[in-house]
Amino acid sequence: MELYIFDGSLEGLLTTVFECYRRKSPAIKLVTEAFHVPDVFDPGYRVISDRAKGKRVWKGLCKKLGKEWQFRFYNAFLSEQPETYQHLLNLARYVIDHPSGACENFAHPDVLAVSQTAQKVHREKHRMEAFIRFQKTGDGIYYAHIEPDFDVLPLLPEHFQNRYADQRWIIYDLKRKYGLYYDLEKTEEIELDTAPQMSIVNTLPSGLLDEKEELYTLLWQDYFKSTNIQARKNTRLHVRHVPRRYWKYLSEKQG
Amino acid sequence: MYERIREKLGILADAAKYDVSCSSSGSNRKNENKGIGNAEGTGICHTYTEDGRCVSLLKILLTNHCIYDCAFCVSRRSNDIKRAAFTVEEVVELTMNFYRRNYIEGLFLSSGIFKDADYTMERLVRIVKNLRHEERFNGYIHLKTIPGASDELLHEAGMYADRMSINLEMPTETGLKLLAPEKSHAEVKKPLKYIQNNIIRFESEKALIKSVPKFVPAGQSTQIVVGATPESDKEILYTAHSFYQNFSLKRVYYSGYIPISYDARLPAIGSQPPLIRENRLYQADWLMRFYGFKVQEILNDFHPNLEADVDPKLSWALRNLDQFPVDINTADYYMILRVPGIGVSSALKIVQARKFGRLYQYHLRQLGIAFGKARHFIRYADSPVQLREYEAGHIKGLILSESKSKYKKNPLNQLSLF
Repeated sequence: MELYIFDGSLEGLLTTVFECYRRKSPAIKLVTEAFHVPDVFDPGYRVISDRAKGKRVWKGLCKKLGKEWQFRFYNAFLSEQPETYQHLLNLARYVIDHPSGACENFAHPDVLAVSQTAQKVHREKHRMEAFIRFQKTGDGIYYAHIEPDFDVLPLLPEHFQNRYADQRWIIYDLKRKYGLYYDLEKTEEIELDTAPQMSIVNTLPSGLLDEKEELYTLLWQDYFKSTNIQARKNTRLHVRHVPRRYWKYLSEKQG
Repeated sequence: MYERIREKLGILADAAKYDVSCSSSGSNRKNENKGIGNAEGTGICHTYTEDGRCVSLLKILLTNHCIYDCAFCVSRRSNDIKRAAFTVEEVVELTMNFYRRNYIEGLFLSSGIFKDADYTMERLVRIVKNLRHEERFNGYIHLKTIPGASDELLHEAGMYADRMSINLEMPTETGLKLLAPEKSHAEVKKPLKYIQNNIIRFESEKALIKSVPKFVPAGQSTQIVVGATPESDKEILYTAHSFYQNFSLKRVYYSGYIPISYDARLPAIGSQPPLIRENRLYQADWLMRFYGFKVQEILNDFHPNLEADVDPKLSWALRNLDQFPVDINTADYYMILRVPGIGVSSALKIVQARKFGRLYQYHLRQLGIAFGKARHFIRYADSPVQLREYEAGHIKGLILSESKSKYKKNPLNQLSLF
């Protein structure tokens, strides 16, 4: 078992696939720089991310993976889980070594693991689409910050710019310290110098907010209460659908 | 200064909540005019109420004034409650401001009937027209069809709404006559048919001319109230089935009756709403729509009611043990789908995976099927040799003793966390 160390980027992961064929390594243990603990007896092989090599591997994979699986591969990568990088490497090799259609073999451990992780990431993305609550600021920008379990921000622009094409908005990931800004034309990645802290409640200081913001927060909280049917109360079901770690996003849970 | 609008929203959201439909899926309205909103693709549940129901749309009545006196309805004429009405502008503003903050997927607009059907329907149409044209809103709109409204108004409403619905309320005509003598199933069927025919006509024109506008792209739905009148589950499900068949409905909703009246014809206030029954009806509905079950297989004269302790799929399997065990490695997809504990996505994975080799127990467990339940009904590569055949009652006992059913009471020595 050879030890490979890569930088944690998608480019690096794909370069690793390239390198293990070039160096004819039969079996590989893959770790990221961040998780690597130096070992006296095994210095490991450091993969240097290379755009051209990465592209070649991705092109090769795309020939064998349908659209759905290309997307799954990327989604699973965004999970940032150390063991998922290993599964993705194994999956890439499995797919390259077998005729097309191999990725339908759900009994294969790497196929199953990647598809399950991709599903988790997809679910987190969907939760963000559901649970993000914008607040209108004084200068007319709709702002929300989040702390998702996985790095789902790159998956969000399409949904939000299709939906809010006529308003400027910012979605900021406080954990990973970058965000998305839509300026009515396109969505760009941004970094804020002084991002507000995620407090117990997800809210901006009232000085920054539009004057009507308080009203609509109130009305939304009212609506949330009025639409509940007390006779059907079912807290277990409620918490299953809205896990507690997301409550801080939701203004209706603060009232 | 916010008091008036807050009070109105309170009254009119409260009166609308007994309509359980909340779906925001099935439409194909894209944001093509650089406007606001997108109703394409799957729906999103933006939050869940404390009773566990999804909140996807702003569900309100235009007004809770009503000329009818239906015993099962909170807004009935004879009920002594606060009445209110929104203006067109208020509804538009609420919808837009909630939508822009990502609170909702769109609007579900219904109304009590004031003056007459056409007058009410005309107001509803005015609101959705305003949303679509003035605000360039492409989000989801679910509009209630008012029974007795003219064809012209229904046609206009269909041009703006994504989904339209009209409620059957009681599963049988006799039940309805008992509680709402002024209403009939016939006046529900007429607009359902009219809109269905228009949907078909627009679709066939669309095949020839690309620019044909949308007409109720997410189809129609209805709601049946469960437990207000003494119908059996069979009567309810057969009614639902015939409406799916005859009016190509997208959904039939089952709403467990929440006691809201001291009327002697109805369950008394304070009695438990039939939540388990409602859940079982939805499960049976899913079996009809996604699992290839015929309605006669689920319920018939020998078996007119769904059980509370087991779900309808397991119940069917126990009544038809001669069809089992199913060999996972060779059986047809539709037969695998009928195994209790295997759902649609697991069944699809199974038929894909077995092309590459025989499936063993650990494969099945990893794929995510409910193995404890399914194992009594399947054979796989390493299934243990079974010397005798078990009886239905025995299998049921085994499954119930192993499962943690949500309907089982908590053991007394353990306090519930909630």
